[in-house]
Amino acid sequence: MSEGAPEAGYLAPELREEFAGLALRYLVVERGSGRSPREVKDRLRELSNRFAGAQAINMRHQPIPWAYRVFFRHIGLDPDEQLIPVEALALERMKHGGFKSRNLLDDALTIAIMESRVALRAFDADKATGRLGIRPSAAGEGLEGRPGELPAGTLVIADEARPLALLFGATADGRGVHPKTRRTVLCAVAVAGVPDIAVEEAIWLAADVLQG
Amino acid sequence: MPELRAHESARPRTPFQAPPVLGGGGGSTTETADRQARDDLRRQIGALERKLGELFASAFPRQGIEWRVGAVGGPRVLGVAELERVRDALVVRLGDAQAELGRRADVEEANRGLIESMIAEPERHRWVKVSNEDIGEAECRHWHSRPKWGILGMFLGWWRVKLSSGCPLPRGGGPSSAIGQ
Repeated sequence: MSEGAPEAGYLAPELREEFAGLALRYLVVERGSGRSPREVKDRLRELSNRFAGAQAINMRHQPIPWAYRVFFRHIGLDPDEQLIPVEALALERMKHGGFKSRNLLDDALTIAIMESRVALRAFDADKATGRLGIRPSAAGEGLEGRPGELPAGTLVIADEARPLALLFGATADGRGVHPKTRRTVLCAVAVAGVPDIAVEEAIWLAADVLQG
Repeated sequence: MPELRAHESARPRTPFQAPPVLGGGGGSTTETADRQARDDLRRQIGALERKLGELFASAFPRQGIEWRVGAVGGPRVLGVAELERVRDALVVRLGDAQAELGRRADVEEANRGLIESMIAEPERHRWVKVSNEDIGEAECRHWHSRPKWGILGMFLGWWRVKLSSGCPLPRGGGPSSAIGQ
């Protein structure tokens, strides 16, 4: 993994056949998180002002959020119980009256997700081995930090050695970004109906904010 | 036609070939059929989700309508039976939501009629109050049939409909509390 253009993650062949359009794109950024500078906080505030309740209500009409909602249903999740990333942020905006600044990485992800509507997440790049991708979990495989094994066939984001997170779910212990992280891998999960350009834009937006 | 016949006869005749089936055997044919069924169901789920989204947006600001369908458990690749369950649950939810909205639309229409008659004859609707929520709209506005000039208007039968000015303004935090401290 190296910094440059976003890389295409691997996809298990059985998933490629089942879910046309499912893809993982990722980019390694040579820095971790930290405190958000004033410019990022200002940008978050501006984003809060631009995003109102009417947009939150109409979000389901938009092609990208709709595509994620449909995909959630396809994989057995209810997008009204486990919200898609952009709707989760929109709900937070409505509840708190604005996007709260937490740290540089979270703020970068918030800005990129809200601007692009694409599902993004991040891992510690130094804790990932080889290429990242999406695959079903094997029998007996678990997610670090979670008791017991994952049911075989659970969709996970994995490196070449182990699952790093559930697809649209919990991150394995020690694989997420923490204060000592030096390199971050930004991942975008694309599904059918999400244009490549939006996926790239999401990664670049987050990388741009992260790198300052 | 003769040219077409000549062309057909010139084309080498090949025996009918079935589409290649992975692995061969009856089980794989079933697998192909299953995959097609899953694809069909996924398309149907997509279309239903779009309709549900449209209904959700048109229902705003009405509260209390159930939109959740329930998860069958994931994230994983769902089989035909599970996708059918999701599809059927979406159909039921869509039907329920449409029926509920239809029922509310009738009540809201009646309330709009009530507002009109209140405005036309306020004295015949004494103390009746209709809020924006009763007609399926946002904000806190309400129509209230009240006597003009208080008790005097009540005795003299001078009634009118007052339209409230909307939601109360948010309370200022900073300066007043600072003075208070």
